[in-house]
Order: sequence, then C-alpha cells, then structure tokens
Amino acid sequence: MTAQSISSEAMLDLRGVESCYGNIVALKKVDLTVNRGEIVTLIGANGAGKSTLMMTIFGTPRARKGQIIYEGRDIAGLPAHEVARLGIAQSPEGRRIFARMSVYENLLMGAALGDPSSTAGDLERVFAIFPRLKERLTQRGGTLSGGEQQMLAIARALMTRPRLLLLDEPSLGLAPLVVKQIFDVIRDLNRRDGLTVFLVEQNAYHALRLAHRGYVIVNGRITMSGTGAELLARPEIRAAYLEGGH
Amino acid sequence: MENFLQQLINGITLGSIYGLIAIGYTMVFGIIGMVNFAHGDVFMVSAFIALIIFLALTQLLGVSSIYVAIFIVLLASMLLTSLWNWTIERVAYRPLRGSFRLAPLISAIGMSIFLMNFVQAVQGPRNKPLPPMFNEVIHVTSGGAFDVTLAYKQIIIVAVTAVLLAGFWYLVQKTPLGRAQRAVEQDRRMAALLGIDVDRTVSITFVMGAALAAVAGTLYLVNYGVVSFSDGFTPGVKAFTAAVLGGIGSIPGAVLGGLMIGLIETLWAAYVSNDYKNVAAFSVLIIVLIFMPSGLLGKPEVEKV
Repeated sequence: MTAQSISSEAMLDLRGVESCYGNIVALKKVDLTVNRGEIVTLIGANGAGKSTLMMTIFGTPRARKGQIIYEGRDIAGLPAHEVARLGIAQSPEGRRIFARMSVYENLLMGAALGDPSSTAGDLERVFAIFPRLKERLTQRGGTLSGGEQQMLAIARALMTRPRLLLLDEPSLGLAPLVVKQIFDVIRDLNRRDGLTVFLVEQNAYHALRLAHRGYVIVNGRITMSGTGAELLARPEIRAAYLEGGH
Repeated sequence: MENFLQQLINGITLGSIYGLIAIGYTMVFGIIGMVNFAHGDVFMVSAFIALIIFLALTQLLGVSSIYVAIFIVLLASMLLTSLWNWTIERVAYRPLRGSFRLAPLISAIGMSIFLMNFVQAVQGPRNKPLPPMFNEVIHVTSGGAFDVTLAYKQIIIVAVTAVLLAGFWYLVQKTPLGRAQRAVEQDRRMAALLGIDVDRTVSITFVMGAALAAVAGTLYLVNYGVVSFSDGFTPGVKAFTAAVLGGIGSIPGAVLGGLMIGLIETLWAAYVSNDYKNVAAFSVLIIVLIFMPSGLLGKPEVEKV
C-alpha cells in the first residue's frame, strides 16, 4: 500500500450536531471535520461528551439536530449496524471484548460482514501489527491483560477493513510503555496505510502530538480547535490538560 | 432391576423432549434476558400443526409410508412453528424492547394465554388423537419379573434429538450465524458496532428455538398419541425448570437439565408416588433457585454488566 497524502476532502463532517441522554443535552452544536488521511483527536475531561460524540456517530444516542455527513451522505439516524457497514469501525470505550469468546473468535466477529475468502489475509495483517494476539489466539478474551484487550479491540476493528477508524480512549488504564506501543501502531496505520483516524483521548499530550488536528470539548461544546502543535502550545490547554505531568 | 432399567429408558425419552424445549427458553433468555413464558404453548401449537399435517398427508394425500409422513411432518412443523414464533416476537416482544424489564414478561404470559385459548377455540377442548404408530418394541431383557422393552418410538425420539442437537451445536459454535448470536448475547451494542443486525439475530434465535420446540412437539405427539390445548403448560414449565437446573443461558445445561428432570420425574413416579411426580420436578426448581441459582453449567451472574 502506498502512503496516502492528506486531502482537504472531508470524510466525516459533523454540522451542528446535538444529542441528549434523557433530558440532558450531552452535545451542543458540535461542528467537527475529519479529512481523508488525517488523524484528528478530540480531547476533553471525563464526562465532557467525548464518548457520547463517538456513540452519536453510530446512532445511539440519536443526533437530535444537525447532520453527520460521511463520504457525502447524511448518516444521522442510521442504526449502528448500518453505519458499521459503511466502513466506519470503532474500538469503543472500555474495549468491549467478547469475554467468553476466544481471541480468534473476537477477530472473526470483526470479519463478520466481509468476504470470507479475505479473512485469512486480514488475520495475517493484524498479526503482523500485533504479534502478541497470535500467541493468545485460543485464549478467552476476558482473560487478557488490559493492553492485550486494547490491541484486540483495535485489531477487531481493523478486521472490518474500515476506511475510518474511531478510537475511544485507547490509552485508558494502560502502562506508559503499552500506551506508546498503541500510539505507534496508530501512527503507522495512518502514515503507512493511509487510514483515517478519529481519536478520542484524555491523554492530551500524546494525542495532540500524534494528531494532525485536534478539537477540545468542554461540557458538550467544542471550545477550541487547531493543529496538534498549535493546541499543545496554548497556555489554556497546558493548564487544563497537561500540567502535573502526563 | 428391570423396573429401574425400564424407568431409565422412559426417563431419557421424556428428558429428550424437555431438553429440546428447554433450549428455546435458555437461548431467548441468553440473548434478550427474558423468560418467554409462551414457549410451552408454542410447543403445544407445534404438536397441533404436526397432527393436522399428518392427518392431511395420510388421509387426504394418501401417503402410505409412515416414515415418509413423519419426516415431512417434522420439517413442515418446524417451518410453520418457526414462522409462528417469528411473528410472536415481532408483534408481542420487539415493540417492548427498551421498555421496563417486566413488560415483555407480562406480554409473554398474555401470549401464552392467547395461544391456549386460540387453540381451544379452533380445535375444541378435547384431546386430539393420532392413530397409533411405531408400536413395535424391542425386548431388552426377558425372563425376569417383566420384560424391559424399548419401543421403536423411543428410539426415534432419542435418535432424532441426538442428531438435531449435534447439528444445532455445530450451528451455534462453528458458524458465523452462531457466532453472531453469541456476540449479541454477550454485548449487543458491540455486536452492532461490528455490523451485526441485532434485531435480525434475535429473530433468528426465536426461529431456532421454535424449530426445536416443533421437533419436541412432533415427538411428544408420536410418543403419547394425543394432544390437547392445555398440553403446553406443564411440559413448558418443566422444560423451564430444566433450563434453570442446567443453568439458564447455557445450551448444554438445557439438555442436561432436560434429561435430569425427565429422569427425576419418571423415577419418582415409579418408586415414590405417581401423583406427586410434578411436585418432585418443581421441588427441584425451588431447591436449585435457593442453593445454586446459576445452575449446574450456568455462568455466574457477575459477567452480565
């Protein structure tokens, strides 16, 4: 595969998206764009609405207002499984590994929609990225370590052959060394394979260093945006998300 | 000794039928966390479908081979009962998904009463007989107090059950469809994120449960030769007991539980009291719920988040 350059063509474009949990407005007029070939990150504190935004793209909760344009088509209101079939994959918050299935079966679940004849090749590809998974193939998902579960969640998402990969807090609860490993993989997937990535993180420092562009969400509202380097340099970001080590 | 052997044979036959019904309970519980109280009545409906098709085949169409007739009856009953259960799920349960937890349960009880009364209204309240068939027996022992016999129909019941369970096990463990079902059972939200149509998977689960209940219904009809509108209730509750005993949500557990309930019931009837055989079966339910609520092969509740 040849590296794909970043285009200014929007792959995913959220326009004035609002969504609610019950009566609580969780997202307020969110505008956010992910261009083809980019890594875009969304940073914010716990409860700011990061995961809600991820889930809203997949239709639960449903966007009450606004449009979610993916590859030129409004997907707001589509059920989750149909969004997945359009080539958007997610490694969700909490990883959500199928605990009573083997690593192999978890990966096959990622291939559930694809052409069965390409499964073997796709498996080899994810094993090349995460050799550890190959060693753990017959082990139950629930018995893996946190880092291995995160690798499996990303690998499972890759098995769907996504054009857009959504990652929800892949660094959560992992040792620094494992975090670095995971972020290196994300970088490689983007730089080498041209995969477009939308990354939600609390770990602002790593995320902004990795991403081409970033957004900051506070109480369901986008308060800042810019390139990763720009945001890293801003004093209010340093104060809110970076002080006290990372 | 002869008596024990004979009761063992009878118990395994009965237990096979309970096991087939129990799978329907356990799968539906596994996938949507609901006890489908109408499942016993679906089983009863399937026995009526089998009866009607059998009579139509032999009397209207003049099919003379009983083996051919039963084979067609089995397939047709599985198909029609599946369609029936698919409709029930669509009409009575799916609209209540996302509602409070008891809503589908209450709807299931309503559906159970509806099915019973519907069959009573259209088929009449009396027992409907099937002409006797497969009456040949094999004498397993002779010369003792009495001959231990193994009826052809008992062999058919156990053989059909075994073949179906093997096929069913393969379907659930080894095929993409079965994998999708297990994924939905474990985390339906994640399954949807991977492109699995959860509603469709739930529908398929109801269809599969009904197909197995239809096999049970047909075999029940062959075994007893009669069926009435109220015949869904007791076997239904016993199969539910079997599912709980085996560990609700566990498919091997349902089969094991079915065999155990069948054996407990027949042995109790033979050695203790025929009048109290149902008491024995349901005492098991109470004891299991008190002392090992997750059943013999069930998974501990902690895994459900």
